[in-house]
Amino acid sequence: MPKSKSRSDVAFRIGTGAFGFLLIALVCGIGVILAIESMPSIQKFGLSFWRTEIWDPVAGEFGALPFIWGTLYSSVLALLIATPIALGIAIFISELCPAALRQPLVFITELLAAIPSIVYGLWGIFVLVPAVRAVETSLPASLRALPLFSGPPLGLGMLSAALILAIMVIPFISSISREVLKSVPPAQREGAYALGATRFEAIRAAVFYARTGIIGAVMLGFGRALGETMAVTMVIGNNPKVAVSLFAPQYTMAAVVANEFAEAADRLYLSALVEIGLVLFIITLIINSFSRLLIWSMARTDKVVAEPVEAEAAA
Amino acid sequence: MTPTGGRKLLSSLFVAFCAGAVLLALIPLALILFFVISQGVVSLNLAFFTHMPTPVGEAGGGMANSIVGTLILSGLAAAMAVPIGIVSGIYMSEYAGTRFAAAVRFAADTLNGVPSIVIGLFAYVVAVLPFKQFSAFAGGFALGLMMIPIIARTTEELLLLVPGTMREGALALGATRARAVFSVVLPAALPGIVTGVVLALARIAGETAPLLFTAFNNRFFSTSLRQPISSLTVQVYTYATGPYEDWHRQAWAGALVLVSIVLICSLLARLATRRLERMHARN
Repeated sequence: MPKSKSRSDVAFRIGTGAFGFLLIALVCGIGVILAIESMPSIQKFGLSFWRTEIWDPVAGEFGALPFIWGTLYSSVLALLIATPIALGIAIFISELCPAALRQPLVFITELLAAIPSIVYGLWGIFVLVPAVRAVETSLPASLRALPLFSGPPLGLGMLSAALILAIMVIPFISSISREVLKSVPPAQREGAYALGATRFEAIRAAVFYARTGIIGAVMLGFGRALGETMAVTMVIGNNPKVAVSLFAPQYTMAAVVANEFAEAADRLYLSALVEIGLVLFIITLIINSFSRLLIWSMARTDKVVAEPVEAEAAA
Repeated sequence: MTPTGGRKLLSSLFVAFCAGAVLLALIPLALILFFVISQGVVSLNLAFFTHMPTPVGEAGGGMANSIVGTLILSGLAAAMAVPIGIVSGIYMSEYAGTRFAAAVRFAADTLNGVPSIVIGLFAYVVAVLPFKQFSAFAGGFALGLMMIPIIARTTEELLLLVPGTMREGALALGATRARAVFSVVLPAALPGIVTGVVLALARIAGETAPLLFTAFNNRFFSTSLRQPISSLTVQVYTYATGPYEDWHRQAWAGALVLVSIVLICSLLARLATRRLERMHARN
Protein backbone atom coordinates (compact mmCIF):
# COMPACT_ATOMS: atom_id res chain seq x y z
CA MET A 1 0.00 0.00 0.00
CA PRO A 2 1.44 3.41 -0.92
CA LYS A 3 2.43 5.49 2.04
CA SER A 4 0.31 8.51 1.07
CA LYS A 5 -2.82 6.38 1.09
CA SER A 6 -2.20 4.99 4.54
CA ARG A 7 -1.43 8.50 5.74
CA SER A 8 -4.69 9.74 4.28
CA ASP A 9 -6.51 6.93 6.04
CA VAL A 10 -4.97 7.87 9.36
CA ALA A 11 -5.98 11.49 8.78
CA PHE A 12 -9.53 10.35 7.98
CA ARG A 13 -9.71 8.31 11.13
CA ILE A 14 -8.42 11.14 13.29
CA GLY A 15 -10.56 13.73 11.52
CA THR A 16 -13.84 11.87 11.91
CA GLY A 17 -12.80 10.67 15.36
CA ALA A 18 -12.42 14.30 16.44
CA PHE A 19 -16.12 14.84 15.77
CA GLY A 20 -16.90 11.72 17.75
CA PHE A 21 -14.75 13.07 20.56
CA LEU A 22 -16.77 16.26 20.43
CA LEU A 23 -19.87 14.29 21.46
CA ILE A 24 -18.06 12.82 24.45
CA ALA A 25 -16.71 16.27 25.34
CA LEU A 26 -20.22 17.72 25.17
CA VAL A 27 -21.62 15.23 27.65
CA CYS A 28 -18.72 15.85 30.04
CA GLY A 29 -18.99 19.58 29.39
CA ILE A 30 -22.63 19.68 30.44
CA GLY A 31 -21.80 18.03 33.75
CA VAL A 32 -18.74 20.18 34.46
CA ILE A 33 -20.33 23.51 33.47
CA LEU A 34 -23.47 22.87 35.50
CA ALA A 35 -21.35 21.79 38.48
CA ILE A 36 -19.30 24.99 38.31
CA GLU A 37 -22.39 27.16 38.06
CA SER A 38 -24.07 25.49 41.01
CA MET A 39 -21.04 25.94 43.28
CA PRO A 40 -22.44 28.97 45.20
CA SER A 41 -25.56 26.99 46.09
CA ILE A 42 -23.65 23.79 46.87
CA GLN A 43 -21.24 25.67 49.14
CA LYS A 44 -23.94 27.60 50.92
CA PHE A 45 -26.48 24.83 51.53
CA GLY A 46 -24.56 21.58 51.09
CA LEU A 47 -26.68 18.46 51.39
CA SER A 48 -29.37 20.20 53.43
CA PHE A 49 -30.50 21.68 50.10
CA TRP A 50 -32.11 18.33 49.34
CA ARG A 51 -33.64 17.87 52.79
CA THR A 52 -35.25 21.28 53.19
CA GLU A 53 -38.85 21.86 52.27
CA ILE A 54 -38.86 25.64 52.20
CA TRP A 55 -38.50 27.34 48.82
CA ASP A 56 -38.63 31.07 49.34
CA PRO A 57 -36.55 32.96 46.77
CA VAL A 58 -37.51 36.33 48.24
CA ALA A 59 -36.10 35.41 51.65
CA GLY A 60 -33.14 33.65 50.02
CA GLU A 61 -34.18 30.26 51.42
CA PHE A 62 -33.77 27.38 49.01
CA GLY A 63 -34.74 23.79 49.74
CA ALA A 64 -35.29 21.40 46.87
CA LEU A 65 -37.07 18.56 48.66
CA PRO A 66 -40.52 19.38 47.20
CA PHE A 67 -39.13 19.25 43.66
CA ILE A 68 -37.32 15.96 44.00
CA TRP A 69 -40.40 14.53 45.70
CA GLY A 70 -42.75 15.79 42.99
CA THR A 71 -40.47 14.54 40.23
CA LEU A 72 -40.13 11.04 41.66
CA TYR A 73 -43.78 10.79 42.71
CA SER A 74 -45.17 11.86 39.34
CA SER A 75 -42.76 9.66 37.39
CA VAL A 76 -43.40 6.57 39.51
CA LEU A 77 -47.18 7.06 39.24
CA ALA A 78 -46.84 7.56 35.48
CA LEU A 79 -44.87 4.34 35.15
CA LEU A 80 -47.41 2.40 37.22
CA ILE A 81 -50.06 3.46 34.72
CA ALA A 82 -47.94 3.27 31.59
CA THR A 83 -46.02 0.02 32.03
CA PRO A 84 -48.88 -2.52 31.73
CA ILE A 85 -50.43 -0.60 28.85
CA ALA A 86 -47.13 -0.15 27.01
CA LEU A 87 -46.23 -3.83 27.40
CA GLY A 88 -49.71 -4.82 26.25
CA ILE A 89 -49.25 -2.72 23.13
CA ALA A 90 -45.76 -4.08 22.47
CA ILE A 91 -46.97 -7.65 22.84
CA PHE A 92 -50.05 -7.03 20.71
CA ILE A 93 -48.01 -5.50 17.89
CA SER A 94 -45.13 -7.94 17.91
CA GLU A 95 -46.88 -11.20 18.82
CA LEU A 96 -50.60 -11.07 18.30
CA CYS A 97 -51.79 -8.68 15.63
CA PRO A 98 -52.39 -9.57 11.99
CA ALA A 99 -49.48 -8.57 9.75
CA ALA A 100 -51.55 -6.02 7.84
CA LEU A 101 -52.31 -4.13 11.05
CA ARG A 102 -48.73 -4.02 12.28
CA GLN A 103 -47.32 -1.11 10.26
CA PRO A 104 -50.30 1.22 10.84
CA LEU A 105 -50.21 0.53 14.58
CA VAL A 106 -46.48 1.19 14.74
CA PHE A 107 -47.05 4.42 12.85
CA ILE A 108 -49.82 5.51 15.21
CA THR A 109 -47.82 4.85 18.36
CA GLU A 110 -44.87 6.70 16.85
CA LEU A 111 -47.17 9.63 16.14
CA LEU A 112 -48.14 9.71 19.80
CA ALA A 113 -44.42 9.99 20.59
CA ALA A 114 -43.87 12.72 18.00
CA ILE A 115 -46.50 15.17 19.27
CA PRO A 116 -44.66 18.09 20.87
CA SER A 117 -44.70 18.34 24.64
CA ILE A 118 -46.21 21.83 24.48
CA VAL A 119 -49.24 20.44 22.59
CA TYR A 120 -49.73 17.83 25.32
CA GLY A 121 -49.55 20.67 27.81
CA LEU A 122 -52.11 22.80 25.99
CA TRP A 123 -54.46 19.84 25.74
CA GLY A 124 -53.75 19.08 29.37
CA ILE A 125 -54.76 22.56 30.57
CA PHE A 126 -57.98 22.82 28.60
CA VAL A 127 -59.21 19.22 28.30
CA LEU A 128 -57.52 16.87 30.75
CA VAL A 129 -57.49 19.13 33.83
CA PRO A 130 -61.23 19.97 33.67
CA ALA A 131 -61.98 16.27 33.17
CA VAL A 132 -59.80 15.31 36.13
CA ARG A 133 -61.47 18.02 38.22
CA ALA A 134 -64.88 16.59 37.34
CA VAL A 135 -63.77 13.12 38.41
CA GLU A 136 -62.25 14.50 41.60
CA THR A 137 -65.40 16.38 42.61
CA SER A 138 -67.60 13.36 41.94
CA LEU A 139 -65.55 11.15 44.23
CA PRO A 140 -67.59 9.99 47.23
CA ALA A 141 -66.83 11.68 50.55
CA SER A 142 -65.72 8.41 52.13
CA LEU A 143 -62.86 8.19 49.65
CA ARG A 144 -62.11 11.88 49.94
CA ALA A 145 -61.34 11.29 53.61
CA LEU A 146 -58.31 9.21 52.62
CA PRO A 147 -54.99 11.08 52.62
CA LEU A 148 -54.47 9.98 49.00
CA PHE A 149 -57.49 12.03 47.89
CA SER A 150 -57.45 14.83 50.43
CA GLY A 151 -57.54 18.51 49.65
CA PRO A 152 -59.66 20.63 47.32
CA PRO A 153 -60.34 19.12 43.87
CA LEU A 154 -58.53 21.62 41.66
CA GLY A 155 -57.82 19.43 38.67
CA LEU A 156 -54.36 20.96 38.47
CA GLY A 157 -52.16 18.65 40.46
CA MET A 158 -50.35 15.36 40.80
CA LEU A 159 -53.06 13.21 39.20
CA SER A 160 -53.18 15.26 36.00
CA ALA A 161 -49.39 15.32 35.81
CA ALA A 162 -49.12 11.55 36.25
CA LEU A 163 -51.78 10.93 33.61
CA ILE A 164 -50.20 13.16 31.00
CA LEU A 165 -46.75 11.72 31.72
CA ALA A 166 -48.15 8.22 31.34
CA ILE A 167 -49.63 9.09 27.94
CA MET A 168 -46.29 10.51 26.87
CA VAL A 169 -44.07 7.59 27.93
CA ILE A 170 -46.36 4.79 26.72
CA PRO A 171 -45.20 5.00 23.07
CA PHE A 172 -41.61 5.24 24.24
CA ILE A 173 -41.67 2.13 26.43
CA SER A 174 -43.74 0.16 23.96
CA SER A 175 -41.47 0.81 20.99
CA ILE A 176 -38.33 -0.26 22.86
CA SER A 177 -40.05 -3.33 24.32
CA ARG A 178 -41.18 -4.20 20.81
CA GLU A 179 -37.57 -4.08 19.59
CA VAL A 180 -36.53 -6.22 22.54
CA LEU A 181 -39.27 -8.79 21.87
CA LYS A 182 -38.23 -8.88 18.23
CA SER A 183 -34.81 -10.10 19.30
CA VAL A 184 -36.23 -13.14 21.12
CA PRO A 185 -35.42 -16.20 18.99
CA PRO A 186 -38.58 -17.78 17.52
CA ALA A 187 -37.45 -21.11 18.97
CA GLN A 188 -38.45 -19.82 22.41
CA ARG A 189 -42.10 -19.54 21.38
CA GLU A 190 -42.07 -22.59 19.10
CA GLY A 191 -40.64 -24.65 21.91
CA ALA A 192 -43.44 -23.53 24.20
CA TYR A 193 -46.11 -24.26 21.59
CA ALA A 194 -44.57 -27.68 20.94
CA LEU A 195 -45.01 -28.47 24.63
CA GLY A 196 -48.70 -27.66 24.32
CA ALA A 197 -48.60 -24.12 25.64
CA THR A 198 -51.46 -21.71 25.09
CA ARG A 199 -50.78 -18.41 23.41
CA PHE A 200 -50.45 -16.70 26.78
CA GLU A 201 -47.98 -19.27 28.01
CA ALA A 202 -45.85 -19.05 24.85
CA ILE A 203 -45.76 -15.25 25.06
CA ARG A 204 -44.98 -15.46 28.74
CA ALA A 205 -41.96 -17.58 27.82
CA ALA A 206 -40.84 -14.99 25.26
CA VAL A 207 -41.34 -12.12 27.71
CA PHE A 208 -39.48 -14.02 30.40
CA TYR A 209 -36.61 -14.55 27.97
CA ALA A 210 -36.61 -10.82 27.19
CA ARG A 211 -37.04 -9.68 30.81
CA THR A 212 -33.74 -7.80 31.15
CA GLY A 213 -34.41 -5.82 27.99
CA ILE A 214 -37.96 -5.05 29.04
CA ILE A 215 -36.83 -3.82 32.44
CA GLY A 216 -34.35 -1.66 30.55
CA ALA A 217 -37.16 -0.28 28.38
CA VAL A 218 -39.28 0.60 31.42
CA MET A 219 -36.33 2.29 33.08
CA LEU A 220 -35.61 4.33 29.96
CA GLY A 221 -39.23 5.44 30.14
CA PHE A 222 -38.63 6.41 33.76
CA GLY A 223 -35.67 8.55 32.67
CA ARG A 224 -37.89 10.23 30.09
CA ALA A 225 -40.61 10.94 32.62
CA LEU A 226 -38.17 12.47 35.13
CA GLY A 227 -36.95 15.03 32.62
CA GLU A 228 -40.23 15.85 30.92
CA THR A 229 -40.81 19.55 31.30
CA MET A 230 -43.50 21.50 29.48
CA ALA A 231 -46.56 19.31 29.74
CA VAL A 232 -45.97 18.64 33.43
CA THR A 233 -45.27 22.30 34.19
CA MET A 234 -48.62 23.20 32.67
CA VAL A 235 -50.77 20.76 34.65
CA ILE A 236 -49.08 19.96 37.98
CA GLY A 237 -50.06 23.22 39.69
CA ASN A 238 -46.55 24.42 40.55
CA ASN A 239 -46.76 24.47 44.31
CA PRO A 240 -43.54 23.64 46.19
CA LYS A 241 -45.08 21.48 48.93
CA VAL A 242 -44.46 17.84 49.70
CA ALA A 243 -47.81 16.06 49.65
CA VAL A 244 -49.12 12.52 49.33
CA SER A 245 -52.49 13.51 47.95
CA LEU A 246 -53.08 12.96 44.25
CA PHE A 247 -55.21 16.09 44.22
CA ALA A 248 -52.52 18.37 45.63
CA PRO A 249 -50.78 20.81 43.31
CA GLN A 250 -47.08 20.02 43.42
CA TYR A 251 -43.90 20.85 41.56
CA THR A 252 -41.11 19.03 39.70
CA MET A 253 -37.42 19.75 39.22
CA ALA A 254 -37.77 20.41 35.51
CA ALA A 255 -40.85 22.58 36.05
CA VAL A 256 -39.25 24.88 38.63
CA VAL A 257 -36.27 25.49 36.36
CA ALA A 258 -38.58 26.19 33.40
CA ASN A 259 -40.77 28.57 35.40
CA GLU A 260 -38.30 30.52 37.47
CA PHE A 261 -34.95 30.51 35.71
CA ALA A 262 -35.59 33.37 33.30
CA GLU A 263 -36.80 35.55 36.17
CA ALA A 264 -34.25 34.57 38.78
CA ALA A 265 -32.36 37.72 39.60
CA ASP A 266 -29.64 37.06 42.13
CA ARG A 267 -26.71 34.70 41.82
CA LEU A 268 -27.69 32.35 44.63
CA TYR A 269 -31.19 31.87 43.19
CA LEU A 270 -29.77 31.07 39.72
CA SER A 271 -27.21 28.79 41.24
CA ALA A 272 -29.86 26.90 43.23
CA LEU A 273 -31.85 26.32 40.04
CA VAL A 274 -28.75 25.16 38.17
CA GLU A 275 -28.04 22.72 41.01
CA ILE A 276 -31.51 21.26 40.53
CA GLY A 277 -30.69 20.91 36.82
CA LEU A 278 -27.36 19.29 37.64
CA VAL A 279 -28.96 16.68 39.87
CA LEU A 280 -31.64 16.01 37.25
CA PHE A 281 -28.82 15.51 34.73
CA ILE A 282 -26.98 13.09 37.02
CA ILE A 283 -30.11 11.07 37.87
CA THR A 284 -31.16 10.69 34.22
CA LEU A 285 -27.55 9.88 33.28
CA ILE A 286 -27.38 7.04 35.79
CA ILE A 287 -30.81 5.66 34.93
CA ASN A 288 -30.25 5.84 31.18
CA SER A 289 -26.79 4.27 31.36
CA PHE A 290 -28.02 1.45 33.54
CA SER A 291 -31.02 0.71 31.35
CA ARG A 292 -28.91 0.76 28.17
CA LEU A 293 -26.54 -1.64 29.87
CA LEU A 294 -29.48 -3.99 30.50
CA ILE A 295 -30.67 -3.75 26.89
CA TRP A 296 -27.14 -4.21 25.54
CA SER A 297 -26.39 -7.15 27.80
CA MET A 298 -29.44 -8.88 26.40
CA ALA A 299 -28.32 -8.21 22.82
CA ARG A 300 -24.93 -9.63 23.69
CA THR A 301 -26.16 -12.86 25.26
CA ASP A 302 -28.12 -13.38 22.05
CA LYS A 303 -24.90 -13.22 20.11
CA VAL A 304 -23.21 -15.69 22.42
CA VAL A 305 -26.07 -18.11 21.88
CA ALA A 306 -26.07 -17.54 18.14
CA GLU A 307 -22.36 -17.77 17.43
CA PRO A 308 -21.67 -21.46 17.98
CA VAL A 309 -24.47 -22.30 15.53
CA GLU A 310 -22.82 -20.17 12.87
CA ALA A 311 -19.47 -21.73 13.63
CA GLU A 312 -20.93 -25.18 13.12
CA ALA A 313 -22.49 -24.15 9.86
CA ALA A 314 -19.17 -22.73 8.68
CA ALA A 315 -17.36 -25.93 9.57
CA MET B 1 -52.71 -32.53 25.19
CA THR B 2 -55.22 -29.77 24.58
CA PRO B 3 -55.21 -26.88 27.00
CA THR B 4 -57.74 -27.14 29.77
CA GLY B 5 -60.55 -24.62 30.11
CA GLY B 6 -58.85 -22.46 32.73
CA ARG B 7 -55.67 -22.06 30.76
CA LYS B 8 -57.59 -21.34 27.59
CA LEU B 9 -59.63 -18.69 29.35
CA LEU B 10 -56.52 -17.07 30.80
CA SER B 11 -54.99 -16.97 27.35
CA SER B 12 -58.04 -15.33 25.81
CA LEU B 13 -58.20 -12.81 28.65
CA PHE B 14 -54.58 -11.98 28.01
CA VAL B 15 -55.14 -11.42 24.30
CA ALA B 16 -58.12 -9.23 25.16
CA PHE B 17 -55.99 -7.24 27.61
CA CYS B 18 -53.34 -6.54 24.98
CA ALA B 19 -55.90 -5.46 22.40
CA GLY B 20 -57.53 -3.32 25.07
CA ALA B 21 -54.19 -1.66 25.80
CA VAL B 22 -53.90 -0.65 22.15
CA LEU B 23 -57.41 0.83 22.19
CA LEU B 24 -56.69 2.61 25.46
CA ALA B 25 -53.62 4.29 23.95
CA LEU B 26 -55.62 5.32 20.90
CA ILE B 27 -58.09 7.27 23.04
CA PRO B 28 -55.71 10.08 24.09
CA LEU B 29 -54.27 10.26 20.59
CA ALA B 30 -57.72 10.61 19.08
CA LEU B 31 -58.74 13.16 21.72
CA ILE B 32 -55.62 15.27 21.24
CA LEU B 33 -55.93 15.26 17.46
CA PHE B 34 -59.66 16.00 17.72
CA PHE B 35 -59.21 19.03 19.99
CA VAL B 36 -56.16 20.39 18.21
CA ILE B 37 -57.87 20.15 14.83
CA SER B 38 -61.36 21.30 15.87
CA GLN B 39 -60.10 24.19 18.05
CA GLY B 40 -57.22 25.02 15.75
CA VAL B 41 -59.15 25.13 12.48
CA VAL B 42 -61.58 27.68 13.90
CA SER B 43 -58.75 30.00 14.88
CA LEU B 44 -56.43 29.43 11.98
CA ASN B 45 -56.61 31.91 9.13
CA LEU B 46 -54.31 33.71 6.76
CA ALA B 47 -53.72 36.49 9.29
CA PHE B 48 -52.18 33.90 11.61
CA PHE B 49 -49.32 33.46 9.16
CA THR B 50 -48.95 37.04 7.96
CA HIS B 51 -49.83 39.27 10.91
CA MET B 52 -47.96 40.21 14.06
CA PRO B 53 -49.40 39.66 17.54
CA THR B 54 -51.79 42.44 18.55
CA PRO B 55 -51.38 44.35 21.83
CA VAL B 56 -52.96 42.72 24.88
CA GLY B 57 -56.74 42.97 24.86
CA GLU B 58 -57.03 43.55 21.13
CA ALA B 59 -58.42 40.58 19.23
CA GLY B 60 -57.00 39.15 16.02
CA GLY B 61 -53.44 39.21 14.87
CA GLY B 62 -51.14 36.32 14.11
CA MET B 63 -47.81 34.73 14.80
CA ALA B 64 -45.79 35.76 11.75
CA ASN B 65 -42.79 36.63 13.91
CA SER B 66 -42.94 33.31 15.75
CA ILE B 67 -43.16 31.30 12.55
CA VAL B 68 -40.11 33.06 11.09
CA GLY B 69 -38.38 32.62 14.45
CA THR B 70 -38.99 28.88 14.49
CA LEU B 71 -37.65 28.62 10.93
CA ILE B 72 -34.50 30.56 11.85
CA LEU B 73 -33.93 28.56 15.03
CA SER B 74 -34.38 25.25 13.22
CA GLY B 75 -32.04 26.41 10.46
CA LEU B 76 -29.37 27.36 12.98
CA ALA B 77 -29.77 24.03 14.75
CA ALA B 78 -29.44 22.12 11.47
CA ALA B 79 -26.39 24.12 10.39
CA MET B 80 -24.70 23.05 13.60
CA ALA B 81 -25.99 19.52 14.00
CA VAL B 82 -25.96 18.12 10.46
CA PRO B 83 -22.19 18.29 9.86
CA ILE B 84 -21.26 17.19 13.39
CA GLY B 85 -23.91 14.48 13.45
CA ILE B 86 -23.07 13.04 10.03
CA VAL B 87 -19.30 13.00 10.53
CA SER B 88 -19.51 11.43 13.98
CA GLY B 89 -22.02 8.94 12.52
CA ILE B 90 -19.45 8.09 9.84
CA TYR B 91 -16.85 7.49 12.53
CA MET B 92 -19.17 5.17 14.47
CA SER B 93 -20.00 3.07 11.42
CA GLU B 94 -16.51 2.99 9.83
CA TYR B 95 -14.79 2.00 13.04
CA ALA B 96 -17.78 0.19 14.48
CA GLY B 97 -15.83 -2.44 16.42
CA THR B 98 -13.47 -0.10 18.22
CA ARG B 99 -13.75 0.83 21.85
CA PHE B 100 -13.69 4.55 21.05
CA ALA B 101 -16.63 4.14 18.66
CA ALA B 102 -18.55 2.45 21.48
CA ALA B 103 -17.72 5.41 23.72
CA VAL B 104 -18.97 7.85 21.08
CA ARG B 105 -22.16 5.82 20.69
CA PHE B 106 -22.65 5.85 24.44
CA ALA B 107 -22.13 9.62 24.49
CA ALA B 108 -24.66 10.08 21.68
CA ASP B 109 -27.27 8.01 23.51
CA THR B 110 -26.55 9.86 26.74
CA LEU B 111 -26.88 13.23 25.05
CA ASN B 112 -30.16 12.05 23.55
CA GLY B 113 -31.45 11.20 27.01
CA VAL B 114 -30.48 14.50 28.65
CA PRO B 115 -33.69 16.33 29.61
CA SER B 116 -34.33 19.25 27.27
CA ILE B 117 -34.52 21.70 30.17
CA VAL B 118 -30.99 20.70 31.20
CA ILE B 119 -29.78 21.34 27.62
CA GLY B 120 -31.37 24.78 27.98
CA LEU B 121 -29.44 25.44 31.21
CA PHE B 122 -26.18 24.41 29.58
CA ALA B 123 -26.83 26.61 26.54
CA TYR B 124 -27.68 29.49 28.87
CA VAL B 125 -24.36 29.23 30.69
CA VAL B 126 -22.34 28.79 27.49
CA ALA B 127 -24.14 31.06 25.01
CA VAL B 128 -26.19 33.59 26.99
CA LEU B 129 -24.20 34.39 30.13
CA PRO B 130 -20.96 35.51 28.39
CA PHE B 131 -22.88 37.93 26.14
CA LYS B 132 -25.38 39.00 28.80
CA GLN B 133 -28.07 38.71 26.15
CA PHE B 134 -30.77 36.19 25.20
CA SER B 135 -30.30 35.49 21.50
CA ALA B 136 -31.51 33.49 18.52
CA PHE B 137 -27.98 32.16 18.33
CA ALA B 138 -28.21 30.67 21.83
CA GLY B 139 -31.59 29.10 21.03
CA GLY B 140 -30.25 27.55 17.82
CA PHE B 141 -27.27 26.25 19.77
CA ALA B 142 -29.55 24.57 22.33
CA LEU B 143 -31.71 22.97 19.63
CA GLY B 144 -28.58 21.92 17.72
CA LEU B 145 -27.29 20.09 20.81
CA MET B 146 -30.51 18.09 20.88
CA MET B 147 -30.31 17.35 17.17
CA ILE B 148 -26.69 16.09 17.05
CA PRO B 149 -27.25 12.67 18.67
CA ILE B 150 -30.36 11.97 16.59
CA ILE B 151 -28.53 12.62 13.33
CA ALA B 152 -25.37 10.83 14.45
CA ARG B 153 -27.24 7.62 15.33
CA THR B 154 -29.41 7.72 12.19
CA THR B 155 -26.35 8.20 9.99
CA GLU B 156 -24.55 5.37 11.72
CA GLU B 157 -27.44 2.96 11.33
CA LEU B 158 -28.01 3.82 7.68
CA LEU B 159 -24.32 3.58 6.77
CA LEU B 160 -24.16 0.14 8.35
CA LEU B 161 -26.98 -0.93 6.02
CA VAL B 162 -24.91 -0.12 2.92
CA PRO B 163 -23.53 -3.44 1.61
CA GLY B 164 -19.90 -3.94 2.60
CA THR B 165 -19.09 -4.99 -0.97
CA MET B 166 -19.59 -1.40 -2.15
CA ARG B 167 -16.97 -0.09 0.24
CA GLU B 168 -14.63 -2.98 -0.52
CA GLY B 169 -15.03 -2.39 -4.26
CA ALA B 170 -13.98 1.22 -3.91
CA LEU B 171 -11.05 0.32 -1.67
CA ALA B 172 -9.97 -2.42 -4.11
CA LEU B 173 -9.89 0.18 -6.89
CA GLY B 174 -7.31 2.06 -4.84
CA ALA B 175 -9.59 4.64 -3.25
CA THR B 176 -8.57 6.04 0.10
CA ARG B 177 -10.90 5.42 3.01
CA ALA B 178 -12.14 9.01 2.84
CA ARG B 179 -12.80 8.71 -0.90
CA ALA B 180 -14.64 5.40 -0.44
CA VAL B 181 -16.84 6.87 2.26
CA PHE B 182 -17.60 10.24 0.71
CA SER B 183 -18.10 9.16 -2.91
CA VAL B 184 -19.51 5.65 -2.56
CA VAL B 185 -20.89 4.73 0.86
CA LEU B 186 -22.37 8.07 1.94
CA PRO B 187 -24.20 8.75 -1.37
CA ALA B 188 -25.76 5.29 -1.19
CA ALA B 189 -27.20 6.10 2.24
CA LEU B 190 -27.98 9.74 1.54
CA PRO B 191 -31.74 9.50 0.88
CA GLY B 192 -32.19 7.78 4.22
CA ILE B 193 -30.02 10.32 6.00
CA VAL B 194 -32.00 13.20 4.49
CA THR B 195 -35.18 11.55 5.80
CA GLY B 196 -33.58 11.30 9.22
CA VAL B 197 -32.65 14.99 9.15
CA VAL B 198 -36.22 15.96 8.24
CA LEU B 199 -37.58 13.91 11.14
CA ALA B 200 -35.05 15.43 13.50
CA LEU B 201 -36.04 18.92 12.33
CA ALA B 202 -39.69 18.14 12.98
CA ARG B 203 -38.83 17.07 16.51
CA ILE B 204 -36.65 20.10 17.15
CA ALA B 205 -39.26 22.55 15.86
CA GLY B 206 -41.60 21.28 18.59
CA GLU B 207 -39.19 21.87 21.48
CA THR B 208 -40.02 24.53 24.03
CA ALA B 209 -38.00 23.99 27.19
CA PRO B 210 -34.53 24.60 25.70
CA LEU B 211 -35.71 27.95 24.28
CA LEU B 212 -37.23 29.45 27.43
CA PHE B 213 -34.03 31.12 28.59
CA THR B 214 -31.88 31.00 25.46
CA ALA B 215 -33.90 32.40 22.57
CA PHE B 216 -36.42 33.72 25.10
CA ASN B 217 -39.27 35.47 23.26
CA ASN B 218 -39.74 38.64 21.29
CA ARG B 219 -42.94 40.57 20.71
CA PHE B 220 -41.48 42.12 17.61
CA PHE B 221 -40.41 40.89 14.24
CA SER B 222 -36.74 40.07 14.45
CA THR B 223 -34.33 38.17 12.26
CA SER B 224 -31.23 39.23 14.13
CA LEU B 225 -29.25 36.32 15.51
CA ARG B 226 -28.01 38.44 18.39
CA GLN B 227 -31.45 39.44 19.62
CA PRO B 228 -34.02 37.39 21.47
CA ILE B 229 -36.38 35.75 19.00
CA SER B 230 -39.90 34.41 19.16
CA SER B 231 -40.79 30.81 18.36
CA LEU B 232 -44.07 29.02 17.80
CA THR B 233 -43.63 26.79 20.83
CA VAL B 234 -42.71 29.48 23.34
CA GLN B 235 -45.47 31.72 21.97
CA VAL B 236 -48.01 28.88 22.37
CA TYR B 237 -46.78 28.44 25.94
CA THR B 238 -47.19 32.14 26.68
CA TYR B 239 -50.66 32.20 25.18
CA ALA B 240 -51.82 28.94 26.76
CA THR B 241 -50.85 30.01 30.27
CA GLY B 242 -52.19 33.56 29.81
CA PRO B 243 -55.59 34.73 31.01
CA TYR B 244 -57.19 35.88 27.75
CA GLU B 245 -59.71 33.96 25.70
CA ASP B 246 -58.22 35.29 22.48
CA TRP B 247 -54.77 34.11 23.52
CA HIS B 248 -56.09 30.59 24.04
CA ARG B 249 -57.59 30.67 20.58
CA GLN B 250 -54.19 31.62 19.14
CA ALA B 251 -52.51 28.90 21.19
CA TRP B 252 -54.74 26.24 19.61
CA ALA B 253 -53.95 27.60 16.15
CA GLY B 254 -50.25 27.43 16.96
CA ALA B 255 -50.64 23.87 18.22
CA LEU B 256 -52.38 22.91 15.00
CA VAL B 257 -49.47 24.27 12.97
CA LEU B 258 -46.98 22.37 15.17
CA VAL B 259 -48.90 19.11 14.90
CA SER B 260 -49.26 19.56 11.14
CA ILE B 261 -45.49 19.98 10.79
CA VAL B 262 -44.92 16.77 12.72
CA LEU B 263 -47.62 14.89 10.85
CA ILE B 264 -46.48 15.96 7.40
CA CYS B 265 -42.84 15.21 8.15
CA SER B 266 -43.59 11.74 9.54
CA LEU B 267 -45.83 10.90 6.58
CA LEU B 268 -43.17 12.07 4.11
CA ALA B 269 -40.50 10.13 5.96
CA ARG B 270 -42.65 7.02 5.96
CA LEU B 271 -43.27 7.26 2.23
CA ALA B 272 -39.57 7.82 1.62
CA THR B 273 -38.48 4.85 3.72
CA ARG B 274 -41.02 2.68 1.95
CA ARG B 275 -39.53 3.64 -1.39
CA LEU B 276 -36.06 3.01 -0.09
CA GLU B 277 -37.08 -0.39 1.20
CA ARG B 278 -38.52 -1.29 -2.18
CA MET B 279 -35.33 -0.11 -3.89
CA HIS B 280 -33.24 -2.26 -1.57
CA ALA B 281 -35.51 -5.21 -2.15
CA ARG B 282 -34.98 -4.90 -5.91
CA ASN B 283 -31.21 -4.75 -5.61
